[in-house]
Amino acid sequence: MTFFLQLIVTGFAQGMVYALVAIGFVIILKCSEVFNIAQGHFVLIGGYLGYTFLVTLGLPIWAALGMAIASAIVMGLIIERLILRPLLGEPVLAVIMATIALATILGGLATLLWGAEYKAYHGLLPTITLNIGEIGIPSESLIGLIVSILCVAILMLLFRYTKIGLAMRATAEDLQVVQSVGIRATTVYAVSWIIACVVGVIGGILLGGVSGANMDLANIGLKAFAVVLLGGVDSVGGAIVAGIILGMLENVAAGYLDPLLPGGGLAQVFPFIVMIIVLIFRPYGLFGLVRIERV
Amino acid sequence: MGLSTGTFHENYAQDMAIFRSTLQWGIVVAFILFLFGCPLFFSDRILTILTMMGIAVISVLGLNILTGYCGQISIGHAGFMAVGGYTSAVLCAKLGVPFWAALPCGALAAGIAGLIFGLPSLKIKGFYLIMATIAAHFIIIWTIIQLHGLTGGADGLPLPRPAIGSISLSSKAHYFYLVMALTCLGTVVAKNIVRTRAGRAFIAIRDNDLAAEVMGISLWSYKLQAFFIGCVYAGVAGSLLIHYYSFASTDQFPFMDSVWYLGMLIVGGMGSTAGAVFGAVALKLLDELVTIVGPVLSAAVAPQAAASLALISHGLIIIIFLIFEPRGLHHRWEMIKAYFRLWPFSHEGSD
Repeated sequence: MTFFLQLIVTGFAQGMVYALVAIGFVIILKCSEVFNIAQGHFVLIGGYLGYTFLVTLGLPIWAALGMAIASAIVMGLIIERLILRPLLGEPVLAVIMATIALATILGGLATLLWGAEYKAYHGLLPTITLNIGEIGIPSESLIGLIVSILCVAILMLLFRYTKIGLAMRATAEDLQVVQSVGIRATTVYAVSWIIACVVGVIGGILLGGVSGANMDLANIGLKAFAVVLLGGVDSVGGAIVAGIILGMLENVAAGYLDPLLPGGGLAQVFPFIVMIIVLIFRPYGLFGLVRIERV
Repeated sequence: MGLSTGTFHENYAQDMAIFRSTLQWGIVVAFILFLFGCPLFFSDRILTILTMMGIAVISVLGLNILTGYCGQISIGHAGFMAVGGYTSAVLCAKLGVPFWAALPCGALAAGIAGLIFGLPSLKIKGFYLIMATIAAHFIIIWTIIQLHGLTGGADGLPLPRPAIGSISLSSKAHYFYLVMALTCLGTVVAKNIVRTRAGRAFIAIRDNDLAAEVMGISLWSYKLQAFFIGCVYAGVAGSLLIHYYSFASTDQFPFMDSVWYLGMLIVGGMGSTAGAVFGAVALKLLDELVTIVGPVLSAAVAPQAAASLALISHGLIIIIFLIFEPRGLHHRWEMIKAYFRLWPFSHEGSD
């Protein structure tokens, strides 16, 4: 029983990390219908930025966080202006390939600037190790939970009560109508990329502060797509719920089935198996908007 | 029609021929002679590069039929190559099947894997299909590692040197001839597949699947056919790759390769056989450039510069092509040809 509970708790932690990546993805998708493969790399860059600001420059925590958010805003603006805007209205494959290429470039930059090495740093948040009975609760889960809930709360307020939030929701609904009433769609896109970058970078810093920054953070991005699909591609809340479900399922499956399999490594492939199943039976996910399209 | 004046077509067969003028036939013969001469003039290193280019061309030709013509985007092509490669590897190493028989078996196995993972394409498209093919790649590689007893798992599988009959293909020159023969054959077959009834159905599905269905094209049948053909090409390419090294390992089929094959298609130009060839050759040349420049840069800037240069240059080239030349090198080549054909006029007159 302890083993099972431990798997659940570890899975919860893993799931919150997935959810962090998935939220940024959903925001961009909702506003601009762009599937951003590079979201995991935003987290990666965030992790390394945290190292630069906290360790190399030795800034205090709040200054480092502010600097990182500022860098994320600049990064979002540059990416939107240079890569995504010229591709407005291009077919879905062109845009997806552009974000894959963007992911590669970000990975290359991280390699160039930080040497693709494991960088550990502490001090942003205390490394909490809670123990309930024999079960250790990893601090990733707490941090992930706090940040995800904060992000969702802020985003919900933004979407509901601000003008730009209204514009973003409208753009997601119908681009032509939005343009005809005089909302600048390009501004909406820029804001959505900025938000996605900021979410990714904050997540990266928090994760980096707990488990160190390394290139694996980017690989989480690919697995997070299973979360996005399970939760429904256009649902922020769904991303969190699906993240938790998938993280737990993955850990339980790996914990019990890996000893039976010779090669092991089920955790690496489990999200993709879930992805295929979801795609075949319920492509709009648990909470996504059902768009009926028969061919 | 892209032909110089003085070329007359008097019957249907002449009009449909791929090579229609004496000049084109001359170029083809010269090119084949050049391929035959390559091992005489070039070092083993250049032969290796050319062999790898040929393998990439075969793989991208398949992806072009699947993605460029039928519009079913696949980022799992390296996974299907792995299926073909490992099937022929296991047949050769464990069952002692000769190389010439194992190669088509590998291709067939890859095609069947393509059929299985192509099934979701009947319900989903666009981004969702991309995700399904990405998942296919990881599931295939994981399965290969799981089947440890058969495939050697993560340790890899050593193979006997490939041979056809009594001719051993152990030298680089022999293998070069084999790959080039298959590449030329594959190119001609691909060029002809897209001109058949099936090829026209693929184009109709790509351009508007709803309209295609209404016209009586069976989406179910043709989408799966596209997956099968595309993955058979991948299987051949995978087999050739594995037998070239005489060693099978999942490291030969990294996920990023799946992405680069799609990148080659974009750089070359989607939906044209020549474009697939152009793209594969161009990106492989870029790879070679990076391996030459990389060490220089590493010494000058930082030790990790070579690795990052490879990533950044690939990413940049794809983005640049997407933004500035979305129809690829093939389109640019056609425009250059048209410029010289029409000179001194700037464009073709309407008749």
